[in-house]
Amino acid sequence: MKPAPFAYHAPRALDETLGLLARHGDEAKILAGGQSLVPLLNFRLARPAVVVDINRMSGLGEIREEDRQIAVGALVRQRRLEVWAQQGFPLLADALRYVGHHAIRTRGTVAGSLAHADPAAELPALLVCLEGSVVARSPAGHREVRARELFVSHLTTSLRPDELITEVRLPRLHTGAGWGFLEVARRHGDFALVGAAAVVSLADGRIAEPRVALFGCGATPVRASRAEAILAGQPPTPEAVVAAARDAAGALAPESDLHATAEYRRRVAQTLMVRALGLAIGRARGNGP
Amino acid sequence: MGARYVGAAVARVEDPRYLRGEARYVDDIKLPGLLHAAFLRSPHAHARFRGVDTARAAAMPGVVRVFTFADLEPFLKPLPVFGAPPPGLAERIRFTIRPTVQYALGPGIARYAGEIVAMVVADSRARAEDAAEALEVEWEPLPAVVEMVAAARPESPRLYPDWPDNVAVGFTHAIGDADAAFGAADVVLEERFRIQRYVGMPIEPRGVVAAFDRRDGTLTTWNSTQVPHFVQQGLATALGLPPGRIRVVAPDVGGGFGTKAAGYPEDALIPIAALALGRPVKWSEDRREHMMAAAHARHQVHEIALAARRDGVILAVRDHIWLDLGAYSGWGIVLPYNTVAHLLGPYRIRNLQVEVAAVVTNKTPSAPYRGAGRPETVFAMDRAVDCLARRIGLDPAEIRRRNYLGADELPWDLGMPYRDGNPLVYDSGDFRSALEAALAAAGYAEFRGAQKRLRERGIYQGIGISGYVEGTGIGPFEGATVRLDLAGRVSVATGAASAGQGHETTFAQVAADALGVPLDWVTVVGGDTAAVAFGVGTFASRSAVNAGSSVHEAATAVRAKLVRAAARLLEAAPEDLTIEDGRVSVRGAPGSAVALAQVIQASLPTFARAGVAAPDFEATACHHVPTVTWASAVHVVRLQVDPETGVVTLLRYVVAHDCGKVINPRIVDGQVHGGVAQGIGGALYEELVYDEHGQLLTGSLMDYLVPTAMEVPPIETVHLEYPSPRNPLGVKGLGEGGAISPPAAIANAIEDALEPWGVRVTETPVSPARLLALIGSRRTA
Ligand SMILES: Cc1cc2nc3c(=O)[nH]c(=O)nc-3n(C[C@H](O)[C@H](O)[C@H](O)COP(=O)(O)OP(=O)(O)OC[C@H]3O[C@@H](n4cnc5c(N)ncnc54)[C@H](O)[C@@H]3O)c2cc1C
Repeated sequence: MKPAPFAYHAPRALDETLGLLARHGDEAKILAGGQSLVPLLNFRLARPAVVVDINRMSGLGEIREEDRQIAVGALVRQRRLEVWAQQGFPLLADALRYVGHHAIRTRGTVAGSLAHADPAAELPALLVCLEGSVVARSPAGHREVRARELFVSHLTTSLRPDELITEVRLPRLHTGAGWGFLEVARRHGDFALVGAAAVVSLADGRIAEPRVALFGCGATPVRASRAEAILAGQPPTPEAVVAAARDAAGALAPESDLHATAEYRRRVAQTLMVRALGLAIGRARGNGP
Repeated sequence: MGARYVGAAVARVEDPRYLRGEARYVDDIKLPGLLHAAFLRSPHAHARFRGVDTARAAAMPGVVRVFTFADLEPFLKPLPVFGAPPPGLAERIRFTIRPTVQYALGPGIARYAGEIVAMVVADSRARAEDAAEALEVEWEPLPAVVEMVAAARPESPRLYPDWPDNVAVGFTHAIGDADAAFGAADVVLEERFRIQRYVGMPIEPRGVVAAFDRRDGTLTTWNSTQVPHFVQQGLATALGLPPGRIRVVAPDVGGGFGTKAAGYPEDALIPIAALALGRPVKWSEDRREHMMAAAHARHQVHEIALAARRDGVILAVRDHIWLDLGAYSGWGIVLPYNTVAHLLGPYRIRNLQVEVAAVVTNKTPSAPYRGAGRPETVFAMDRAVDCLARRIGLDPAEIRRRNYLGADELPWDLGMPYRDGNPLVYDSGDFRSALEAALAAAGYAEFRGAQKRLRERGIYQGIGISGYVEGTGIGPFEGATVRLDLAGRVSVATGAASAGQGHETTFAQVAADALGVPLDWVTVVGGDTAAVAFGVGTFASRSAVNAGSSVHEAATAVRAKLVRAAARLLEAAPEDLTIEDGRVSVRGAPGSAVALAQVIQASLPTFARAGVAAPDFEATACHHVPTVTWASAVHVVRLQVDPETGVVTLLRYVVAHDCGKVINPRIVDGQVHGGVAQGIGGALYEELVYDEHGQLLTGSLMDYLVPTAMEVPPIETVHLEYPSPRNPLGVKGLGEGGAISPPAAIANAIEDALEPWGVRVTETPVSPARLLALIGSRRTA
């Protein structure tokens, strides 16, 4: 379990990093926290000719609070954001505590998890649920890639090989919104078998702006758009929630693997969606004006 | 009275170095000029290969040598095999035993994915791996034999073409008259249970370093093994060197669990490479190799039937048992016979009929793992008993009350031989009291009330029981040498290598008490063949019984030598002397006390005088252990099931156990906890999964799920001490017991929680998906 030979660069300046990525194209791999890439290297499942270690770069380690969103630098570790979020962004803290274990979150980055795009990972689902985005830089300039365009398939994003994520943008919840984030994993710290993230607001006693993302049950995190449409404007009753969840589960195309069958994932996605929406509605009631 | 250590919860003396990260494992051995080995392993489960083309690999940077079968043929002897039936057993049971011949490097055929095809030695491990990738092999795949029950059928493709089928060990056995009992029964319960393939997963994988010293012709090898003396004997045969020229050292070993008690190809290949190259060579197994090439375990199918009276009294058991051995049968009757010998456990059953087939398949070879046949057989039996209880409407605790043996019935003769050929007689214990103690500690009676109330609120909790009686401390002996230095400090050496169990503490307690010295005067060395001439090793819950007794015997002999010398020095009769806290005195005259150091020094000659006695304060013992002692326990677990997700959460775990005289309750607790954790792994998480081509699908710890601290609930232990009459310390083995009952107890508790749906758990691990499918099928039915 030693990686195949590769050339190693640890640039400090953005230009240098982008230059290396542009020069080596898909021969190169960015190394951030290494919590996903290093196992792939050691199994020789990834055999990049060049590894570009971004850990010495400056200016990527900030969490910036803006009015409507927070901007998380590419080298912000998951654990740091978790601690930060415990105060003002509990949904974020809820999601992050499911990511691996303490030690892993202490190295693993928020941006790295999104770039890795594991469909059973928590942060991609969260980004989809919050309608967040990433900022990608290349020698050609920068662009903002929204969650729904970012995740293409299993471990595949729409980022080009010469693009570096420099920042992750996570919109804040509206005042009064409630949230729920739940998952089932084989053990604490494992990737989810299946999970659900939900955000709702209540307006005049009816559901407003519901947003649900399901994970572990498709090639990417799945936004339950049709179920959201079913819920919007409904009174927040268990029947409405179950009807929406049943619709969402019916539209899933999960796969079977060693740890769970497709059937299991579909059923439990429905269960977790019901429960996450229940939590979200309860919190919206508690938070409401 | 001086200090007494046996029975006291003294802190483990080995822990500071473990906790500070200062323990020294095989991978920490660094020698000048060290080379590194990597292996090419078969990607096929079953395939012939012609020649290995080494040209490209041999030319790669850093590569020193590539070895194939052809290069090493003169060195390669079949790997050692164990488990021939001893005389007392061979007379009673007719075994069919077909030995398999396994070479360290396969001569043209691979019988499991992971079997070694070639070895590369290079100046770094990474370069050795690069070169191993570049080896070219021409493969001719053969049909893979994967599923054990199908493999046992005569029409199955065979691993060994000259055999009539794939059965490596087969036998039938009966006690009493099962047919008559089944004929007379009110109730017959039949069920089929499958126990998955799973195994101990030591945090430290295996590793071997070897160095040959041309100056004195000695080979030293460091090996992460439980059995250094076995490795020494194996090398003596393979290399044609006398044992004294081969030193095997097991330094700190990070877990063994049986995985490191087997004889492995790498044990021989690394020393052979060191000899051939004249340079030291290291191989550190990585996790990927460990998953596919270190021994696997468990994996049985039982078709079991119980005959019972309406009141729940069990009259007879029939069991048809298959064991999946993997590609080679290195352990003979050990696993199949253990399985049979532990089937009846604490139950008062006089009629038994079994048919056993231990089958070879194209999978990684298996070896005894913590419990070695017992967890499997207890799963079949205790699951069947719960099914029977449910059938006749008895509480699972009550059916056990009616069938468990009590103290008044011991010693209990099962009427069959044990694996060592001696009569299988439970020596001591009280299984009914253990049951009551465990039930009381778990709050069984109160739980039944709470369970009902919770169920009304949609919360499904369950409680499960499992008990076992375990033959522990298999002999025939372990070697121990006790020796004093000039200051009276004690060194104890034994063949019972430690893999973290706490030997350095327990054996020091035993020696300190026998000698009458403070605990911190004693240093224990295990796992060095140079320190003790004869040894067996640590496995089968044998070290306290075997090594403990030998340490006691040797220390007692040294004490006698001290007393003899002190008697001369003090001009007193030996029988009037006592040794306490490292000082000898005449009984009743504390003023006469002299330090042991003085006695020892007085035994050495000076210019002025001869010594008072022979300066010999050393003794070696190999205490004879003809047969096992019987430890026992009852486990009770409480858990909660989420019927919407199939997730099981363990709430409480109680173990009431008897390991005879407890040497150190803290160490005993630790051993129980570790065993229970591994049993929880077997119940809920761990499985080595193969596909139909014999490819291992769970090749990493991402997919093979070992429970972590988060999955293990609080464990309470109740120590019941029924000293064994079979050894001087009154001890019984304890290392394995914790792992035996959890799968049965947890499966029983899951069924108990889901009783409204009549869910039946017939296989482990009970994953959420498996459980939800069971619930679903019952709910819709
Ligand atoms: C035992 C274990 C358990 C885990 N459990 C979970 C879990 O439950 N849930 C979960 O979500 N994750 C889990 N992880 C993965 C962990 O969250 C990783 O940290 C994360 O997936 C990747 O982040 P990283 O910083 O370590 O990235 P790396 O491993 O360094 O890189 C991952 C990928 O992202 C790319 N990349 C990294 N940074 C950038 C960037 N700025 N721009 C463009 N591309 C980039 C890399 O090139 C690589 O392809 C686990 C990991 C381990 C080892």
